[in-house]
Amino acid sequence: MTELAAKAADADIGVLRFSTAGSVDDGKSSLIGRMLYDSNSVTSDRIAALERAARRKGESDIDLSLLMDGLTIEREQGITIDVAYSYFATPQRKFIIADTPGHEQYTRNMVTGASTADAAVILVDAQRGMTTQTRRHLYLSHLLGVAHLVIAVNKMDLVGFDQKAYAAIAQSIEEFTRAIGAGRFYLVPISAKFGDNVVHGSARMPWYDGKPLLALLETLPPAILTHYTPFRFPVQLVRRVPAPNGEQFRQYLGRVESGRVRPGDEVAILPSGRVTRIRAVSHFEGPLEHAEAGRSIAIEVEGDIDIGRGEMFSAPLQPPRVDKKFTATVCWFADETFTPAARYLVKCGTRSVSARIAEIVHRLDVTTLATEPAPETLKCNDIAQVCIALAQPLAFDAYEDNRATGAFILIDADTNATVAAGMIARPEDEPAAPDAAVFDAGL
Amino acid sequence: MDSSPLPSLAPIPANSTAAPATAGQLDHLESEAMYILREAAAEFSNPVLLFSGGKDSTVLLRLAEKAFRPGKFPFPLMHVDTGQNFPEVIEFRDRIAQQLGERLIVRTVQDSIDRGRVRPKHANQSRNSMQTVTLLDAIKEFGFDCCIGGARRDEEKARAKERIFSFRNSFGEWDPRHQRPELWSLYNGRLDKGEHMRVFPLSNWTEIDIWRYIEREKLALPSLYYAHERPVAVRGNILLPVSEFVPLTDDDAVETRVVRFRTVGDISCTLPVESSAATVADIVAETLTASLSERGATRLDDQTSDASMEERKRVGYF
Repeated sequence: MTELAAKAADADIGVLRFSTAGSVDDGKSSLIGRMLYDSNSVTSDRIAALERAARRKGESDIDLSLLMDGLTIEREQGITIDVAYSYFATPQRKFIIADTPGHEQYTRNMVTGASTADAAVILVDAQRGMTTQTRRHLYLSHLLGVAHLVIAVNKMDLVGFDQKAYAAIAQSIEEFTRAIGAGRFYLVPISAKFGDNVVHGSARMPWYDGKPLLALLETLPPAILTHYTPFRFPVQLVRRVPAPNGEQFRQYLGRVESGRVRPGDEVAILPSGRVTRIRAVSHFEGPLEHAEAGRSIAIEVEGDIDIGRGEMFSAPLQPPRVDKKFTATVCWFADETFTPAARYLVKCGTRSVSARIAEIVHRLDVTTLATEPAPETLKCNDIAQVCIALAQPLAFDAYEDNRATGAFILIDADTNATVAAGMIARPEDEPAAPDAAVFDAGL
Repeated sequence: MDSSPLPSLAPIPANSTAAPATAGQLDHLESEAMYILREAAAEFSNPVLLFSGGKDSTVLLRLAEKAFRPGKFPFPLMHVDTGQNFPEVIEFRDRIAQQLGERLIVRTVQDSIDRGRVRPKHANQSRNSMQTVTLLDAIKEFGFDCCIGGARRDEEKARAKERIFSFRNSFGEWDPRHQRPELWSLYNGRLDKGEHMRVFPLSNWTEIDIWRYIEREKLALPSLYYAHERPVAVRGNILLPVSEFVPLTDDDAVETRVVRFRTVGDISCTLPVESSAATVADIVAETLTASLSERGATRLDDQTSDASMEERKRVGYF
């Protein structure tokens, strides 16, 4: 192994997924292009293609944003329509970037990108300051439980790298994040065009004593808090394995979504409600002494119990809720408006259940944060609180306690389209789970 | 079910009862890919895994072992053979399928031509894009509702927009502007009759991840991937394999060079690159410092225009 490869393997702290969002001309694609370019992640044939494109347009500098926009129509119109994924790695980390569209009509794609993100990088134009879109993106990232909010104040070159302009934006962001109840955020003044504080520091902003954006992303703590939350294991598949004595036994295949599991642990199987003990935990290479959140494994349990896909193995003393109804915040994705007569399916974890929207409690204006009670319908990009009734019981957690077991999609049973994404709310009479910050201190 | 233990692509390391202390990049990608494979097995009634003998689909087979052994795979393997593949890749394909004890279906472009489903404009036309017809006909013939493939988002910018569960209409077409939103790990596998899904467990893997995984798992590959001496035709700054399927011009100079292939597909559009990387470790090191992108250096089919992959994908290509 070369020195470089050895160094990379030693320093490997896994993967950070981040989404990027910003208004139309905030320079999002340019920022990602700059990050890839300055971290030497762009190959020479791609740079040559950018140089050809610049020559065709008669421009002297290459346009780094062209690295990102993938579809023909996007290149024609110079905008990003769909989420584009890109990848690069430094010796510390592999990064998965979901670049999401800035146009208001593509808010659903922004939600899509943020749903799997550990961090959200939100761009603000230093000249224009906070916009409606900035508020929308901050709110949606907070709503989707993205662990780290990073605000990059871009185009600092256009305000003369002025600290006062930056401080004013910082203050307005501080006020807004406080209003929506979002916790800590990171703020970095950058120029994607010239590279200041993207990968390298900036001599032109000596007043900024924080890290450049990439160094910040390299050191953000990974979202490992799921190790401290109660055990959850949605069953994906059941397989029968021949035993040496000629009989068969069952293995349950799935991924540990939170907590950890060891042979001997007592588990509750929900929603059916039986309790048993873990006999073995294994993977392809053999038996495991324990398995943590994030690992795909196989589990065997004591006793001959018939358990199918869609059941969830859970810590018996900290079980999920089991119910045939819940309240949730949904983001409506479909071009068609919501109709009470339509038949829907909720897919939560590995379980799909027939469902209907029993009530639209209110619609939220994510710009003003005002609510409109009991609207008659929902249209594309609406955010609303709804009550959902299910045909069968479901085991679930509140989204803010557990992203994996508190998230769902709503599927139109007739068109098969994914019409909404939802986050289950905690019932008003249930106390909040211990704050994640309590665990932070112990890390 | 067969009660004898199923064979494996590589020896299972003994003594591996303890989980690694930290989940590194490869563990993260592996667990995600296993999750996706298991969702595909659960959500579809008749899936198939596309196996070409190339490095990405070989990694996919190892991940299928991780997801489903000691059981059999819940799907057969299928290869769409253009008839213009490297013989040693075909030999590797057959050997691996046999070692695994899994069923391999082969459908050929030649058969599609013989039946008049594909009409080449001239004898030397590349068969790469003709594969689409053969693939879609095979999907119909077997009634497959899901094709699991080894495509990665980092390969090409149209692929960067592709969903992990990517819907195809009853004509096999991809509509990039109306894709199903895909959130968290919640994949919507619902279909009507005649429609199918393409599922891509390696979506979030890059070329270097693939090589590091091949290194870690000690996976065998066709020797074309490693540096070897080979007669090549030098055309400008590209090298062409010397083969009956690659028409040469008088200006092409045939020389013997030390080369390897970074991607392996139809001979008519797969180009070797000069390299002395003879081992997996060499290739990992070379990939870390590569100055050319994987397909940019090695694929004729993507160089026709900025959008050639998108155009092929829209009509049902892999």
